[in-house]
Amino acid sequence: MDYHFQWRPVLRSLPDMLWGALVTIEIAGLAMLLGTVLAIFLALGKRSGKKYLSWPADVWIETARNTPALFQIYMLYFGLGSLGLQVGSYAALLFGITFNNAGYLAETFRGGFLAVPETQTRAARSLGMGTVQTMWHIVIPQMLRAVFHAMTNQMVWSILMSSLGIIVGLTTDLTGVTQKLNVVTYRTFEYFFVAACLYYIISKAFTLSARIVAWRLFRY
Amino acid sequence: MIAIENVHKQFGALHVLNGVDLTVQKGEVLSMIGGSGSGKSTMLMCINGLEGIQQGRITVDGVEVHSKNTDLNKLRRRIGIVFQQWNAFPHLTVLENVTLALRKVLRKSKEEAEAIAVEQLSHVGLREKLSVFPSRLSGGQQQRMAIARALAMSPDYMLFDEVTSALDPQLVGEVLDTLRMLSKEGMTMIVVTHEMRFAREVSDRIAFFYKGQIHEIGKPDQIFDNPTKQETASFVRSVL
Repeated sequence: MDYHFQWRPVLRSLPDMLWGALVTIEIAGLAMLLGTVLAIFLALGKRSGKKYLSWPADVWIETARNTPALFQIYMLYFGLGSLGLQVGSYAALLFGITFNNAGYLAETFRGGFLAVPETQTRAARSLGMGTVQTMWHIVIPQMLRAVFHAMTNQMVWSILMSSLGIIVGLTTDLTGVTQKLNVVTYRTFEYFFVAACLYYIISKAFTLSARIVAWRLFRY
Repeated sequence: MIAIENVHKQFGALHVLNGVDLTVQKGEVLSMIGGSGSGKSTMLMCINGLEGIQQGRITVDGVEVHSKNTDLNKLRRRIGIVFQQWNAFPHLTVLENVTLALRKVLRKSKEEAEAIAVEQLSHVGLREKLSVFPSRLSGGQQQRMAIARALAMSPDYMLFDEVTSALDPQLVGEVLDTLRMLSKEGMTMIVVTHEMRFAREVSDRIAFFYKGQIHEIGKPDQIFDNPTKQETASFVRSVL
């Protein structure tokens, strides 16, 4: 074996990688937040029974779930670009993952809504609460509990998926920073090994804090 | 006054209500009895517009329930309803269950809403359970909470849909006691029930439902002791 591991340069650039990790967390977090809001509308659209609402929702959900996430990000970056809509690599990645998240979460939420009995809505309406109030105060909180663990998985998935930013030239997130260092030093294994460890730590930290949040939130 | 005139309702081919006429005066306690599928629960759901009707008219203090111009959310504030399945909101504490509509519908301040809720919950014997989640309550306690939740809106009318049917036998008494208390306080109530002794004791009038119609209506003594219709007599005989 004539490859000699050299960890020193990696450790020296660890602060840069940690900054990259922050960007990764930012993208994944934003994509999750936006994706959740959109997914609620998609799920409601599908439930509505109105063609002009359920059809676009269906197209969105089907595309997001049945095509590679990589293509979805490509489409946003190059596809929109060729239509004259220039999107930066950060935005392309963020919207790509948001699009994907929304599609997956919409299906999760659809199941979640079914877990909330119709009688809950009846009880709320009978107290004079309107449709939106009933959704917001009664149905959605209970639905979110039913889907909380599935959402945790989706968040981990979007943390890891955000590494796809590299294909549209993003250089600021963890993968982007790592690749930038890699091409200068050719210490590929060392850099990507450390990056992988950081991804692992971020994902694990998120899963654990989600468990604590769930424990605090769902006391009933 | 609740006025029901010639109300028809169909679920597909099934004629659930087949021309119901009824008026309930302020302060009156009216019980609806009858076999399952006779339309009494559906009738109740129509009164606050949870169910639509195909023909006829229901008015509550002159407001037509099924008119397009009626603000149902506003009307429902004045008509409390308690269901067979108690329908506690599981993600809210007992106190929050009661304060939610007070705050979001009646726009009361947190303090005001809580004061009302504590008063109503004390009234039904749940003063000690304010910060508990419904899953920690017995069925009877959950049902009393549902009653307090409806009463907190200070409705003019209360509708009860078989409120003891899903309870264990030993819990039925505490809920019926709450209803008794309300009737003594002069609340206008329409009670769908299978508890015949209770119906007889608290009701001003009893309406016997049969095949989607009010087959016979009258004072409790008359319905139970001297029914004029043969179907009423055989129903009463079968349940007493």
